[in-house]
Amino acid sequence: MGWLNYLIAPGFLQTSQVRSALILGTAVAVCSAVMGVFVIIRGQAFLGHALGDVGSTGASGAVLVGVQAIWGFLGAGLIAGASVDVLSRRARERDVATGVVLSAMLGLSALFIYLIGQVSTSTGVTQEILFGSVFTVNPDLVLPMVGLALAAVVVVGFVYRPLLLSTVNPDGARSRGVPVGLVSFAFLVAMVAAVEQSALVMGALLSTALLIGPAATAIHVTRRLGMTIAVSVVLALVDTWLGILLAYDSFNWPPAGRGWPVSFFVVAVMVVAYSLGQAVPRTSTVRAE
Amino acid sequence: MASIWNTIFAPGLFSYSFVVHAWVAATAIAVLAALVGFFVNLRGEAFVAHAVPRGAFAGAAGAFLIGVNSILGLSVFAILMALGMGLMRRRSHNGVITALALVTALGLGDLFLTVGNTYAPEVFALLFGQLLGISGSEMVAIAVLSVCLVGVIAVVYRPLLLASTVPDFAAARGVSLTAMNVTFTLLVALAASLTVPVVGALLAFSLMIGPAAAGWYLAKTPWGAMLYSVGIALGTVWVAIVIGYDSSLPIGFLVAGVSLLAYMVARAINWFRRRRPGEAAVVPTGSGAVAR
Repeated sequence: MGWLNYLIAPGFLQTSQVRSALILGTAVAVCSAVMGVFVIIRGQAFLGHALGDVGSTGASGAVLVGVQAIWGFLGAGLIAGASVDVLSRRARERDVATGVVLSAMLGLSALFIYLIGQVSTSTGVTQEILFGSVFTVNPDLVLPMVGLALAAVVVVGFVYRPLLLSTVNPDGARSRGVPVGLVSFAFLVAMVAAVEQSALVMGALLSTALLIGPAATAIHVTRRLGMTIAVSVVLALVDTWLGILLAYDSFNWPPAGRGWPVSFFVVAVMVVAYSLGQAVPRTSTVRAE
Repeated sequence: MASIWNTIFAPGLFSYSFVVHAWVAATAIAVLAALVGFFVNLRGEAFVAHAVPRGAFAGAAGAFLIGVNSILGLSVFAILMALGMGLMRRRSHNGVITALALVTALGLGDLFLTVGNTYAPEVFALLFGQLLGISGSEMVAIAVLSVCLVGVIAVVYRPLLLASTVPDFAAARGVSLTAMNVTFTLLVALAASLTVPVVGALLAFSLMIGPAAAGWYLAKTPWGAMLYSVGIALGTVWVAIVIGYDSSLPIGFLVAGVSLLAYMVARAINWFRRRRPGEAAVVPTGSGAVAR
């Protein structure tokens, strides 16, 4: 059994932080993997990342007015998502409009952090906002976060057919009576919920990694959309679990007692999976520009 | 009259040497960022302009860990990211490679910071910039390097413009689209290496996006868009420095705020033009036209 101890450091499943990290990580992974497939084929990778980044504006704003961080995250996400939607009436404008909104929100975040510094002496706020960690999440948040992830997946399941049609062929969808604008907006709201909960739990960096990495690999190696989503979910789960396990193990690695960050391991596993996927000849037919 | 002047332009704004250095450096950087921003807007690649300055921050953390100059580490990371994105672009969906390059860089950065476990003021200074901490020799270096990069942009202007707007035509004329992709991402990387140490990752991004996006709605020709972009960028940084000096508000917020204002005004002007018959409105091209 010595080798098993080496692989899984003692106390892995007995530690409560690890247990809640595993539950939250699983919820985030499944939700991000499903959303990610649609985000990529809809060409919204930048928006998916931007929504995670504006979470820092929401978090600092929430500290400033004294409400729960999750309301700040969701509020900032909805404002950013709706602004991009309004500003990009033409598809061509979308990328630059996302950039303008992201830059404005980050500027606002700089103002909020400055104001927090004016009214209180606690200097830890900035650090906390910039680098979240799945090991330090408040246990009370586990249930609401899992609920939010579930809600996002349910919304996507509900609009699955019309969403697919209006993604691949918007004109065809319109002519068949699909309310394309409404479906896109429903997807946007689900995307905000998914990205903001993962940004709160795992930090903006891992939120983007799990949204894009597994889905991009899955799209490359599969042919049918159902299969793509399934592969994406499996990759995201393996990636998250391995990341958490390795981060736990790494407390015994040099420099001893400090541990390496979860984000590094999750990204490393993701990059390895993506590179292996690239070695497989391209079979994708689900692409839609 | 004199009192109004003194209220707006507080004493020392043009005489303290550290403020003068900030004026010169910010002006040089605004021109450079606006010109690179023109191509960012043309190609619809705001994500690249966001990812490179942000990800390159990890290089500074790595350089700090092994004890070399942090600006060198920043540049190396920026250039590696640019090469990766430029070369792999055509094999992938919109934005995916950029997102992957960004999270890879940030994951490494997180590792470097954790393993280093020392408070690294140099590294955090790079995140937020140190506009008021520029020495005289740094100011000269920034100005000279900016002029050099503007020269490079002048050389690649025509093929890059062609490859960004009409890729098929450019390819038929013998312009290599992959080479132009790499040229573009390298331009962003070099501009980021110069701007991030001065104004920080957030501002480097704001200056590449806002002014050029505003200029795009106002102008009718590529040259006009470039001129508007440079003008708006200069106005933005100058106004931000004056207000920042008076009020001590964070410069990142001021630059982002002023450039957002310029963007909204430009879109409003464009909207009015479109409603008036007989005058052609500018419809931004780009985005979808990028070769992949």
